[in-house]
Amino acid sequence: MMTLLEAAARHVEAPVHTPSDRALTLEIDGVVKRYPNGALAVKGVDIQVGQGELVVFVGPSGCGKSTLLRMVAGLEAVSEGEIRIDGRRMNEADPADRDIAMVFQNYALYPHMTVRKNLAYGLQNRKTPKDVIAAKVAEAAAMLQIEEFLDRKPSQLSGGQRQRVAMGRAIVRDPKVFLFDEPLSNLDARLRNQMRLEIRKLQRRLGVSAIYVTHDQVEAMTLADRIVVLNGGLVEQVGTPSEVYARPATTFVASFIGAPAMNLLDAVVDGGRLRVGEAAIPAPAGAPQGPVKAGLRAEKARLVPAGQGLPFALEAVEELGATRLLHGLAAGAPVVVAADAALPLPAGPLSLTADPADLHLFDARQGGRL
Amino acid sequence: MKKALFGPSLTPYLLLAPQMAIVAIFFLWPSAEAVRSSFHIEDPFFGTATFVGTDNYVDAVTSSTYGRAARFTALFTVVVSVVSLGIALALAVSADAVLRGRATYKTTLMWVYAIAPPVAGLIGSMLFDQHIGPLKEFAALFGWDMRVGFDYADTAIAMMTVAAWKQIPVNFIFFLSGLQGIPNALKEAASIDCRSPVRRFWTVVFPLLAPTSFFLLIINITYALFETFGVVDVMLKGEPGNNPVTLVYKVFLDGFRGQDLGGSSAQSVILMVAVFLLTVIQFRLIERRVHYA
Repeated sequence: MMTLLEAAARHVEAPVHTPSDRALTLEIDGVVKRYPNGALAVKGVDIQVGQGELVVFVGPSGCGKSTLLRMVAGLEAVSEGEIRIDGRRMNEADPADRDIAMVFQNYALYPHMTVRKNLAYGLQNRKTPKDVIAAKVAEAAAMLQIEEFLDRKPSQLSGGQRQRVAMGRAIVRDPKVFLFDEPLSNLDARLRNQMRLEIRKLQRRLGVSAIYVTHDQVEAMTLADRIVVLNGGLVEQVGTPSEVYARPATTFVASFIGAPAMNLLDAVVDGGRLRVGEAAIPAPAGAPQGPVKAGLRAEKARLVPAGQGLPFALEAVEELGATRLLHGLAAGAPVVVAADAALPLPAGPLSLTADPADLHLFDARQGGRL
Repeated sequence: MKKALFGPSLTPYLLLAPQMAIVAIFFLWPSAEAVRSSFHIEDPFFGTATFVGTDNYVDAVTSSTYGRAARFTALFTVVVSVVSLGIALALAVSADAVLRGRATYKTTLMWVYAIAPPVAGLIGSMLFDQHIGPLKEFAALFGWDMRVGFDYADTAIAMMTVAAWKQIPVNFIFFLSGLQGIPNALKEAASIDCRSPVRRFWTVVFPLLAPTSFFLLIINITYALFETFGVVDVMLKGEPGNNPVTLVYKVFLDGFRGQDLGGSSAQSVILMVAVFLLTVIQFRLIERRVHYA
């Protein structure tokens, strides 16, 4: 049997594949969640997770991301559609039989068991031989550097240590899929950044597919092989972090992914011009005529002396160290511009302009990308 | 925050005084009185007392009726505690799983708690009545001629049944709130780790209920030993002769019916020491295994 460490070693440099060129571990096929009162939490979602891939479900609270994860885990019943793991239908399978491991938001460690027992509990119930359990626990503990805590109870551990134990409990099971339900939201900011990186490295080393649910778009961007942006029980966009950032499919994705949020302006395409209020800037080539929502990333917006674009009234400045954010009104609409903090703050009347290629155009009413 | 500093002051003592007074008047004083009179033979009519050393204790411990009552009390306490705790736990687990109508379920199970022990005893003796008792008729279906109040074993069974029944609601309330205090995520984590719900219950849920169970165990033992007096009294129908009696009831019988205040005091002192030892043992042995989250 291949041990975890051997498996990990083989996967250290595993390149990121697109799901098309690897076997599918998890398929979510037209899944709907309807509650007894008729409310729809998930309204028909299709997602595929490839072998070894880390897919992040991101969205605001109530978007159905946790419900979807819990349906994969078997903690919630699937109302319609099918969930398959390694090609096998899982809708009716017991959570214990799905070959998944879950890391909960508040860790959900068994408070009456030592760390060692917490790790071993799932294996004991699967009738794993004692020496195998001991070996796996030792291995996971070494990997997570929690060996010295093995005989302590969870109440004697810090938040970060508990987080590691929760990870360890997932790792010893050797699952097909890891399920992470906002595992870092109870940690302080510094620890969160550190653990985020560790989760990423660990998942790469083990080469186990994973779903990671979060409402934090930074976590989504930094962790994911692919991001699934959910809103109101529907998938808004699926793509790699750079795809989702560079080509948001809807105004929702545009405003949700990236900090600061993308500037969105009500505009009209009129010939080769993009009119915003009374002023105009050049429109992207081939833009459809008529009213649109125009999107512009803060770091792509340029401020120039007044007269060449949209008149810009500076209202506030936020210093972030390397960059500074300039908040103001462009043709009456609130806009954020990111500027290099090394450059002097612009003075005098200003205009906002942008390279036509940096503009994102969305349908004015439906919000879909044009 | 500023630290509050208290100079030498009467206030804390005054605030403690009512509690101290209650302890002194209702516990310390009667206990001291019991200890004192347990070394005397008191004349019930003229109030004169003669010091007799440990004679009362020797008489109590060597008497065959005392041994019989002690053995019955031990059995009674164990059966009542185990049965009422067991049934209450089973009911609480079922009620915890119910999603609709949970409040109704809870209220239905709790109302018995509002019944006073003698009333419970009365209801019990009616249920087991020779002529109109439905439980007697039910037993008769199986060819069991129950003679509560006349047959030692039958009376014992009826007493235990009523005493346990009376205690189930308290245990139920505590078990249910204990169960509802277990975080859902923990049960979910267990459901991923363990397929068998029964095994899950005994390895995760029950250990987390241990503080509740331990507390209830002490409460139940105390209940069975002391608070079942009313149940016992009503079910005996004033015929203690051939029927089982608990030690507390025997203290009452000897002291107030038999007018043997010294002997009765000696018995209650023995009981007091026994309960004290029992509590110490419980805390030493069981509490060590209890996990307080």
